[in-house]
Amino acid sequence: MAAPTVFSDAYVVAKRNIIKIKRVPDLLVFTTLSPIMFVLLFAFVFGGAIAVPGGTDPAAYREFLMAGIFAQTVIFGATITGAGLAEDVKKGIIDRFRSLPMAPSAVLTGRTISDVANNVLVLIVMSLTGLLVGWAIHSSPAEAALGFLLLLVFAYSVSWIMAWLGMLVPSVEVFNNATFIVIFPLTFVANTFVPLETLPPALQTFAEWNPVSAVTQASRELFGNIPEGVPTPDVWPLQNAELYTLIWSAIFIIVFVPLANYQYRRSTSR
Amino acid sequence: MADAITAQGLVKRYKTVTALDGVDLSVPTGSVLGLLGPNGAGKTTIVRILTTLLRPDEGSATVAGVDVLAKPREVRRRIGLSGQYAAVDEYLTGFENLDMIGRLYHLGVKRSRERARELLASFRLEDAADRPSKTYSGGMRRRLDLAGALVADPPIIFLDEPTTGLDPRGRTEMWEVIQNLVAGGTTLLLTTQYLEEADLLADDIVVIDHGKIIAQGTADQLKTQVGGERLELTVRDPGTLLAARDLLEPLGVGKAALDEGRRTLLMPISGGAQVLTEALRVLDDATIGIDDVGLRRPTLDDVFLSLTGHASEEDGQAGEQPDQDRPPVPPDTPAATPTGPGRHAATDTSSTGGA
Repeated sequence: MAAPTVFSDAYVVAKRNIIKIKRVPDLLVFTTLSPIMFVLLFAFVFGGAIAVPGGTDPAAYREFLMAGIFAQTVIFGATITGAGLAEDVKKGIIDRFRSLPMAPSAVLTGRTISDVANNVLVLIVMSLTGLLVGWAIHSSPAEAALGFLLLLVFAYSVSWIMAWLGMLVPSVEVFNNATFIVIFPLTFVANTFVPLETLPPALQTFAEWNPVSAVTQASRELFGNIPEGVPTPDVWPLQNAELYTLIWSAIFIIVFVPLANYQYRRSTSR
Repeated sequence: MADAITAQGLVKRYKTVTALDGVDLSVPTGSVLGLLGPNGAGKTTIVRILTTLLRPDEGSATVAGVDVLAKPREVRRRIGLSGQYAAVDEYLTGFENLDMIGRLYHLGVKRSRERARELLASFRLEDAADRPSKTYSGGMRRRLDLAGALVADPPIIFLDEPTTGLDPRGRTEMWEVIQNLVAGGTTLLLTTQYLEEADLLADDIVVIDHGKIIAQGTADQLKTQVGGERLELTVRDPGTLLAARDLLEPLGVGKAALDEGRRTLLMPISGGAQVLTEALRVLDDATIGIDDVGLRRPTLDDVFLSLTGHASEEDGQAGEQPDQDRPPVPPDTPAATPTGPGRHAATDTSSTGGA
């Protein structure tokens, strides 16, 4: 009997979060507007100064850019999980949930599911922006779908880290600052916006093993955004980008689902 | 009938403070217990433990006969909780809030909707039902929050400071709602900082301070503990105060206290209105003019003062973690600021003098 209530309870919680997206459009505007700005900024301002393998014209850079922007955006999208939970803890809503005879894990499951919905919406907006600035998918629809799916799976696993952090920190502000400090370098010291070869050696090694690079590399491949003849960097994580991404996703899930749930059970409003 | 709520030897420690220091409670089924104490006394900690939100470091408790620590989910089926801060989702409408809670109590889709509409009607929130609760007044939000606690019609309800922060009208409305609820036979545990509120709503009152129970009984028992009624009288001419005392003291049951600045006399009596009439007659015969006279029953404020040595408004030092939403308590306010720069200036002067 426990299993069915987890799903129905999680559905109820997810529905509540989605209503909230509707009622607070600022959040959605903010999460989509900043990536659009990034696309425009990199495509038209920095893009001209960045040479990518397989072509020097700005169009080649835009092809290169989009997978990186996608990866960065869905990871930032995952932080909504933690910020939302930190806010719910503070407002006493988690207390109310915890006093109800619902499945305890449903609050976090519902939260992470609604944040996937949010990320889907964001990916649609971003893809349209990408198409407008000259990005295109050169692979089969199935491969492209896999590319989007991989981005969402990775972001979903990251949202469990955020769920744990969100239950741990004293306020939304602390959460936002703390995650920004970590996510900003993780998404920039990677192949998201520049080719890895341009980085100094120490950073290059970090970036090669950075899972953000792998998810970017994998979606570039799946969207067909890597020109003919451009070699994949000769390191295992990037040679096996899909697998490496899935390994990290699995690690995040295995470690942080129990941690976040443990933290949920002991949290009280502050 | 067994007690609806019992607790034995509850202890909860935080890093630096002991929030609860051995609390025993028992609440008979169908009765109302008022937990009375200042901020930080440990009231909320007790509610959190009994509603399964917090595990005590020591002690045990049962709610509706179920062990709180062993079977928290069983307990949750049988209780409703309305928190100190209205734990309604401000982005959801009143209806959506209650419907969601119904679903999470597993009432089913249809029953959850019906119940939400029922409660909105009986709490006079029908007109606002489909507006986000963000637009509600403080009193409406509290009523919605209380409605949330009633969705599953639980036999035991916990209300943590249900009227804190409400204006007098909102408070009166909330009292009516709670009185109706209690009339229906629900067992209620209520925390409050307002003595008047405990007096009005509770059958039994437990006074708690610094994590310990310092007194318990009915409101009348507590008042008796502090002493009976008193005669309070203000003379018109300050020169007549001593004469008035000499005339009145034989009517009282103790010595009269004088406040010459306010021209006031306060004297313990027994016999109520008869003594008052007699006092007025005696003073009239002596042609001593009076500005004001009255019988004063001790308030629970007096109870609190005499039990704890400090007024109920004063903030306790021990207790829960600091609450950010509360108005800052005196230690947080920069009361020391005026002396701060002064001390610095003094240090500067002396060091300059030394050099």
